Order: sequence, then structure tokens, then C-alpha cells
Amino acid sequence: MTPDPTETFRIEAAELFEQIEQGLLDLMQDLDNRELVNAVFRGLHTLKGSGAMFGFDALAAFTHHCESTFDALRRGDTPVTADVAGAVLGACDHMHALVDAPGAPGQEEHGATLLAALRAALERAGSAAPLEHMSAPTGTGWRLRFSLPPDSMANGTNPLALLTELRDLGEARVRADLSALPPLEALDPMQLHVGWEVELRTSAPRAAIDDVFIFVMDTVDLRIDSLPPADQPAPVGPDVALGPAPTGSPADPAADSRWSRPAENVRVPAERLDEMMDRVGELVIAQSRLGQVATARDDLPLRAISEEMERLSGELRDTMMVLRMVPVSTLFGRFRRLVHDLAHETGKAIELATDGENTEVDKTVIERLADPLVHLVRNAVDHGLESPSERGAAGKSSAGRIRLSARQEGGEVIIRIIDDGRGIDRARLRARAEEAGLVLPGQALSDGELLQLIFQPGFSTAAAVTSLSGRGVGMDVVKRTIESLRGSIDLRSTPGEGSEIALRIPLTVAIIGGLLVRVGEGRYVIPLAAVEECLELPLEQDRRSQGRAFISLRERLVPFLRLRDLFATGTEPDPHQKMVVVSTGTERVGLVVDQIIGNHQTVIKSLSRLHAGIETFSGATILGDGSVALILDVAHLVAAGQQEEARMRRTA
Amino acid sequence: MTESTTTPRPQPGTDGGTSAGLEVLTFDLHGEVFALEATTVQEILDMIPATRVPGADHFVESDINFRGRVIPLSDLRLAFGMTRSRNSPEARIVVIEMPIAGETTLVGLRTDGVREVTTLSDACREPPPSVGMRWRPDYIRALFRQDDEFIVLPDLDAIFAADLSGPGGRLRPAN
Repeated sequence: MTPDPTETFRIEAAELFEQIEQGLLDLMQDLDNRELVNAVFRGLHTLKGSGAMFGFDALAAFTHHCESTFDALRRGDTPVTADVAGAVLGACDHMHALVDAPGAPGQEEHGATLLAALRAALERAGSAAPLEHMSAPTGTGWRLRFSLPPDSMANGTNPLALLTELRDLGEARVRADLSALPPLEALDPMQLHVGWEVELRTSAPRAAIDDVFIFVMDTVDLRIDSLPPADQPAPVGPDVALGPAPTGSPADPAADSRWSRPAENVRVPAERLDEMMDRVGELVIAQSRLGQVATARDDLPLRAISEEMERLSGELRDTMMVLRMVPVSTLFGRFRRLVHDLAHETGKAIELATDGENTEVDKTVIERLADPLVHLVRNAVDHGLESPSERGAAGKSSAGRIRLSARQEGGEVIIRIIDDGRGIDRARLRARAEEAGLVLPGQALSDGELLQLIFQPGFSTAAAVTSLSGRGVGMDVVKRTIESLRGSIDLRSTPGEGSEIALRIPLTVAIIGGLLVRVGEGRYVIPLAAVEECLELPLEQDRRSQGRAFISLRERLVPFLRLRDLFATGTEPDPHQKMVVVSTGTERVGLVVDQIIGNHQTVIKSLSRLHAGIETFSGATILGDGSVALILDVAHLVAAGQQEEARMRRTA
Repeated sequence: MTESTTTPRPQPGTDGGTSAGLEVLTFDLHGEVFALEATTVQEILDMIPATRVPGADHFVESDINFRGRVIPLSDLRLAFGMTRSRNSPEARIVVIEMPIAGETTLVGLRTDGVREVTTLSDACREPPPSVGMRWRPDYIRALFRQDDEFIVLPDLDAIFAADLSGPGGRLRPAN
């Protein structure tokens, strides 16, 4: 199975887009930075070149205009303004579309609109250069001769692409210089023996020609002379049109320097990693079965092998985990664009700072964190940050600050979203909560409890619903997503000074430490991270609690659930019932089980679609004997316990 | 424990729906003969211990370990209103692959015994009788008469769709 070459291009294009967007966003902060202008230009240039090579003609044509713009900026013909950079940024989305769905209806019109905007931005900037090197006035131009080293095609340079670019600059007459061509028997078809002489009639400055050779600057032998203004075109040889490459090498897919980059990274489809993770998971399970057999027998060599296997499979698992880790920067990178757009929409000035981008997290975690983080950042901008005038009145800098930070602590990564906005208005929060019936008027709540109300379903403090956030689907969904990753969410807020939301997420979601318990005849896994303590349910408590399900634990009432009843096991309870107290943050609930079996390294398997609607379980795992055990969803059970508590309170 | 007894794989080019008929795997279910399209069958397993999933709908109430994957085990007897009886030594699990809610999913089906891979010709196809049937008509894709026996081709899509939207799948604390 050969990979689709256009797919390769799409992957490359995605990287280029990221690079271009980042460059543009940086540039808007730092208009004088020539390095950034050059970087964006190079990105656009490569995108155009590769696009044309893989047949994305519309993309190449459109990108060409943006490239020309940056060319003008680069040469100083046009002053760099945020306006122009913004227009190119807007055009980037269109380029995306041209890569993803070339030929979709309406694309051309949309492209024209964007170019008009770009042209307008250029005019406002006082551009001296036209947007496009249109049919250049004849009369002046350049004569150039160039030759490339014989091994340059092997290194991925496509001389034809250079000629095409020269033609783009104006009317070009190209003559091949075959003087270096060896006799046929000595000809190595992989080598380049041809030089070219080009007479180019164009108004483009010499820099434009240098740009054509930008990627081969170090190796090309180039001579450029200006053509005399009086134009009797010097007789040149027959045109070399876009014929087959003189050396007969097949359409060279490597037209720029990217192939000469050293291959330090291997790109692997994510599914393959997932498959491999599954295999490793199975190996760990098989190993634990082997371990059980080996322990049961008095066979020293077998035990030795089993222990060796255990060590190896453990190491393999750790290596596998590292393979799945990706830096948080892949996630944070997206927010720069988001914040830029938000600033535009809200009219607020925003500075985004990030740190700890090199912190690595399991890729599944990264993927699932993206949406909640977008929501939190939107919230921070929409509800948190004040307008520039309000900020001025409060004695703050006019630009609001948002900081995204990531840090690893033990087996967890902590991601913080910090803003220096107005903070959460407790009085309004409370009023809103009372209105929504979440708290009773006058009910005493600690500040922490009050803030937690934000995570209740259907809660929104936005006085006016905006297009950005505050549609009432929000923080509860964020909280649930974080909890589904077995993470937790903390909120701190100082009125007038800003808010901080901290997400604590385990580094991986593939394998967890679990507590194996038995309920009736079934065995279940409780994620160890949520377990606070295990205790025996005292007999009189057990009996007394038939009517009410509470136990007093260190001065606090803890509701408990009898899993035997919940799971309708239909079996007699063991005489001494055990209770596992689990918690999510501040809320606790006791789970009554028949037996606590012990610790279990749990490889998480997802439940089938047919069982996806069952919220009590977050997944399943395979035990040492090959049977399946279900993993309890602690967040859901705690919520069920809280509901039970609320119900009891009402009836009490 | 998860050894397969046979793995019927249809020959290329003979997959279902040709003019010659439909290639199926037939099996017993509570004294009736049922059939599954042979192309969907992945593997046939001996009975293995299954783990009950509390709160799941009654005819997919457990999970099994199929080659390191956790897949649901369905008991079609309950979809067709049959009573459960003890597993005979012939009982097998047929693992099939089918799309559920847009995802290709492996599902184990409990059977009372696997018969053979055979071709059901369209000529033997009979419309489901409008009266005298105990089963939900939408659960049946086709009926075939072969060698004086009725063979039922169940509509698994309809059966599992009913499960996905059905009232099951929620736990109620028993107080």
C-alpha cells in the first residue's frame, strides 16, 4: 500500500499553516521583526511550490498573491502593518479550504473577496508595490545564467521549478547550456549536467530573482546582469519549454529543500500506536497470568523466566507510554489564533502568555483537553477580562492578560488558565444560583462551595448571552470531560484581580492503578486515585442503615451506596461488609462491597457501543485469569450518592 | 480458553447477495434454526465465562474477553422471547462484526450449537407470515425453507438499534 502523495502534502501543508499562522501572529506583536517576515515568506513560498507540485493549482495561485505581498514587505516596498498581516491571516483559512476540499463551490468568489481585502489593506499601508507582478512592462529585465552542482537533483532540487518561478516574474526566454554535457557513455542520468541562460523581461527587482534561488543559494552558480533598456532581444537558443527533465529523471517529487533535512523523527499514524498499546496491554495481562501460574508452582526456572518477563513487559509498557507522549505546545499553539480572533470579536486587547509548553502528556489526553480548554479560554476572555476602558478605570494595563501554563507534578500534569480580569462576582453568582434553584436563599455556603456552583449543569453568569460563551452549556461539560480523564478542576478567583482555573490530569489514560473488589459474584475495579480509605462497615451501622444510607466518618456524614443493591446481584451479602470511601475533590461517597481483593494494575479497555449508555462504568479491564472486570466511574457514583443525600435531606 | 473450533471464511467472490443465494452460517437457538451472513462471522468460540454488566439491556447483559478485547455477549433468545435454558455442551459463541451506531463493532452471539456454512438460495426465500408468528416481525430479515426446515435470518441491525434506544442501560438504586 503506497501512501497517497497528496496525503503527504496535506500533512506538510498542515505544518506550514501552523508555521505561517504562528509567524503572522508573532509579527502582529512585533511589526519590525524582519526575521518573522522572512519566516512567513518562506512558509508561503514552500506552500505555493509544494501545492503546485501536487496539483493543488488553485492553492498555488491564491497563495501566490499572499507570497507576493510578503515579498513586498520583505523588500521594504511596503511597510509592515498589523492590518496586512491580519488580511493574510484571514487568507490562511481559505488556503486551508483549498487544501482540504479543492474545487468546492464558491471558493473562487471567496478567494477574490479575500484578495480584495488584502489589496485594500496594502493600499492603506501605502504600498508601493502592486499586489501582483502582473504582466510586467517590457523593456528592462535581467539576463541570468545559472548552473547547479551535478548532485543537486539527488539532493532534491528541481531545476524546472526554478525556471517556472522565473517565468512567473515576466516574459522569459530560456536556453539550455549543454556545454557541460558528457558523451552518452559517460552520462550518469542521476546527475545534472545542464545549465541555463534566461533572459527575463520584468520590472521585478533583482531581489525577486534572488528569491527564486533562495533554497539553493549555497550551491547555485548564478550570474545576473541587467538587460539594456533598449530592447532588441538578444538572440537566444530555442526555448526549453516545460519538457521532460533533461536528465530523464521521473517527475521529481522533491522540489525543495525539505527532503534534505535530516530524518530525526518518524511519523507514525496514531492508530498504529493505539494498536501497539493494545498489544502491550495484552502482553501485560498475559504476563500477569504467567506470574500467577508460576507462583502457584514450585518450579524455580519457570519463576525466574516469569520474573524476567515481568521486568521486560513493564519496561516495554513504560517505553510505550513515552511514545504516546506529546508536548503540550501542540495544544497551546492553537490558542494564539483563538485569542487573536477573540480579541477581534470582543474588541478587548489581550496578551496571551504561555509557559511549560514542553511538558509532555499522553496524546489521548491532549486531544480530549482541547475542547474544554477552548471553552475555558473563551470564558476567561468573555466573562473575565474587562474592556480597555474598564481596565483603565481600575488602574490596570489596557491589555488583559491570559496565561496558559503547564507543569508536571508526579503522575499528573497541571494546566492553569489564569486571567487578570474582574474575577468572579460572588453576589451575582449567588443570585444566579438562587434563581436557578441550585441553592436556597440564605443557605450558608463556603466560598469554595459557592464557586463550585459554576460547574453545575445549566449554570451561566453571563448577564447577556454572547456568541462566544454563556450558552449554558459549559462548565459542567468541561468538568465532566476533565473527570472522564480522571482529572480534577480547581477554581480560584479574587474579585477585581482575576481568576485561575487549574486542571489536574493524570499523564496517561491507558493504564491506571486500581482497587479490585468483589460485589456478589462480580469483580470490579475502583480507580485507586479516587480511593480515600477502606473500612469495615460496622454491623450495627449496617443494620441501622437499612432505611438511611449514611455513615458518620470523622464528624462528617458520608452517604453510601450498596453496590450489591445497585448492581442487583441477587446474592446474599457477605457477613462483614466492607466500605471503600471514594471522592472527587470535596465530595465523598462510600461504596459498600462484599470483599476487597487488592491492588490491580489496570489496562483500560473501552466498553462497546452497546454498553456506552451505562454511566456507572467508565471502561473494563481483563484480569489475570482472562475474565473481564468493569471499572467503576467514580464521578458518576459520587454524583449518584450526592443525589441520594439530597433526597434524604428533603425527606428528613 | 478462547480457542476457536473453526473459523469459517467464505471464499473470495462468493460473498452474500449474489444471484446464487446467500452464504450463511446456521446455528441452533432454542430448537429453531437461525442463520448469520457468513461474511460477518469472525470466529466461533467455546463457551467462556462472561461478566454481567449491571444496568445493561437484558439481551446484551454481559461482556467477554475476545483476544484481549472486551466485547459484548448477546443472547438472541431474549430478543425473540425464548426462555433461557442451561448451556448444552454444544453451546458456542459466534463472534460477528457489524456496524453499530456507525462504528464497526465486534459482538458475541450465544448459540445452542453451530451447524454449518451453507448457501441459502433466493428461491427458498419465503415472506414472513403475517399471522401466527410469536416474534417481532421487524427483527426478521428473511425466512428460508430448506430441507423441510425453516431458517431464520434475524435483522441484527434492528435488534441492536432497539437496544441502543431502548429503556435499558440505566441503573436505579434499589432502596
